[in-house]
Amino acid sequence: MATISSIPPTRQQQPAPKYGRAEAIAEARRARRKQNLVGWLFISPIVVGVVAFQFFPILVSMAASLTSWNGISAPKFVGLKNFTDLFSNDPLFLQTFKNTIYFTLASIPLTIGVGLILALLCARPIRGVAFFRTAYFAPYVTNVVAIGFVWFWFFQPDNGVVNGLLSQVGVTGPQWLSSSSWAMPAVILVSVWQGIGYPMIILLAGLQGLPAEYFESARIDGAGSWSRLRYITLPLLTPHFLFLLITQFITSFQVFGLIYVMTKGGPGHATSVYIFNIYQNAFSFGKVGYASAMAWILFAVIAAVTYLQWKLQKRWVFYS
Amino acid sequence: MRLATRTSQYVVMILFAVAFLAPLVWMVSASLRPEAQVLSVPPKFLPTDPQWDNYRQIFELIPVFLWNSVKLAGLNVIGILVVASMAGYAFARLRFAGRDIAFMVLLATSIIPGIAYLIPQYIVFRHIGWVDTQYPLWVPKVLTPVFATFLMRQSFLTIPQELEDAGKIDGASTFGIYWRIMLPQTKPALAAIGVFTFLESWNDLFGPLIYINSENLQTLPVALAQFQGEYFTQISLLMCGATVSVVPVIAVFLFAQRYFIQGITMTGMKG
Repeated sequence: MATISSIPPTRQQQPAPKYGRAEAIAEARRARRKQNLVGWLFISPIVVGVVAFQFFPILVSMAASLTSWNGISAPKFVGLKNFTDLFSNDPLFLQTFKNTIYFTLASIPLTIGVGLILALLCARPIRGVAFFRTAYFAPYVTNVVAIGFVWFWFFQPDNGVVNGLLSQVGVTGPQWLSSSSWAMPAVILVSVWQGIGYPMIILLAGLQGLPAEYFESARIDGAGSWSRLRYITLPLLTPHFLFLLITQFITSFQVFGLIYVMTKGGPGHATSVYIFNIYQNAFSFGKVGYASAMAWILFAVIAAVTYLQWKLQKRWVFYS
Repeated sequence: MRLATRTSQYVVMILFAVAFLAPLVWMVSASLRPEAQVLSVPPKFLPTDPQWDNYRQIFELIPVFLWNSVKLAGLNVIGILVVASMAGYAFARLRFAGRDIAFMVLLATSIIPGIAYLIPQYIVFRHIGWVDTQYPLWVPKVLTPVFATFLMRQSFLTIPQELEDAGKIDGASTFGIYWRIMLPQTKPALAAIGVFTFLESWNDLFGPLIYINSENLQTLPVALAQFQGEYFTQISLLMCGATVSVVPVIAVFLFAQRYFIQGITMTGMKG
């Protein structure tokens, strides 16, 4: 930069002398080299970081998935044994897989569905809407430890708030977190309660960006509010639904914190989910190779489902 | 009719608000109750005789955890803002060989689930003696803010070229242009990333859980979970701790809600 601006302006207006051409090329090359250097200096922290903390560990993890390794002594190459063991020899793997699918299939429609209702409510110009929006969103920014504690006490069978409220309407509540069939619904409920703020904000932004003309002309045509919702609002929001389906699948399939705080996977393995199983294998049992194989299966599942969602979008997503 | 729909909308909205706020209100109220009355039947949401002494007791236990949380959040926010804004500026406004390939490769790494590299990362950190230190809770995060870099790039792309040219004519260095002229133009993006990073660092469970063994290095939320039987034997005190762990986050959220929501919609649905 300095070399260019230090050239006196008068010299640029004169016809270049013959010997100046090679000099100019050399100068341009120097300038380009300097540009490259400056550019790479700016991105060097993140490049070094991604190579050291992501690329390198990813390669290690790929290699580790083919070994029997406790992370301390030398790894032993076992080929695809970890993968075949997981599918044919590990009932816990299959159960945590099923639990994760249960969790995901139940929480996604609830989160997006209730999120849509809240977004529709908050989209209307009404006094105090900012307060309500903040209230619905508050659990989303609260840490899972605090949330897990509160709901843990809420779900106490004998003196918890949930069964207390149920008994007031004459229902005897279940054992919740200590029941193998009710623990998962309880965790799902809390997860939906906490996570709803995100789809609400995304859908609210979508609603506020809808073109008003569509609604005007529908009203003139005499469409009621239900059919406006059904035939105009929802189709126009389908790109947002696709985005939410993809992101919610990725996060739900990797749920960990709430489970760790509320149930530690129990009772038995009733709420043990996929990441919890990886966590235990890697950090409690020292089965690093085995846990790495599980991580790559997780990656394959997420990649496949995301690809499928992307491919299937032309069947239902509406782009105006 | 109009009034009826409006009233019913309010009723529905209030019912939802109760459902979303009641657990948080209960947490605060439980923290102010004598231990014997925490789990009263039927549940009470307002304490009759607030025990402020609970908070005096909890503040004898938690200052070190609170400080660890604050320190880590600060390191993460400052570090990520610096690294991501420099990289974002370079990807948006500088021309250099390999720029577009480097950007694509960075983005591509974000599709690999974190758990795939967290396990080997742990082994490497154990090897270099970083387990049971706080380095793993900020160094790798500060140096890999791929998503924040993407956002900063988008933000730098919207700044008119004339501003940059003016800086060049004045003879400012590339770093000077980035720091003094361009960076101040990206305040909304910086704010959004800052708030996100703060929340993520503050609420992180997995990292502190696997890396920290010494109690004097632990963050507040994870300390509550880990030491609930040892130090925080009373539910009321546990709820005091939980309340203290939530207050800074709610405060930041209320203060910077606009940027937070902007950040979500910016990352979510653009294009």
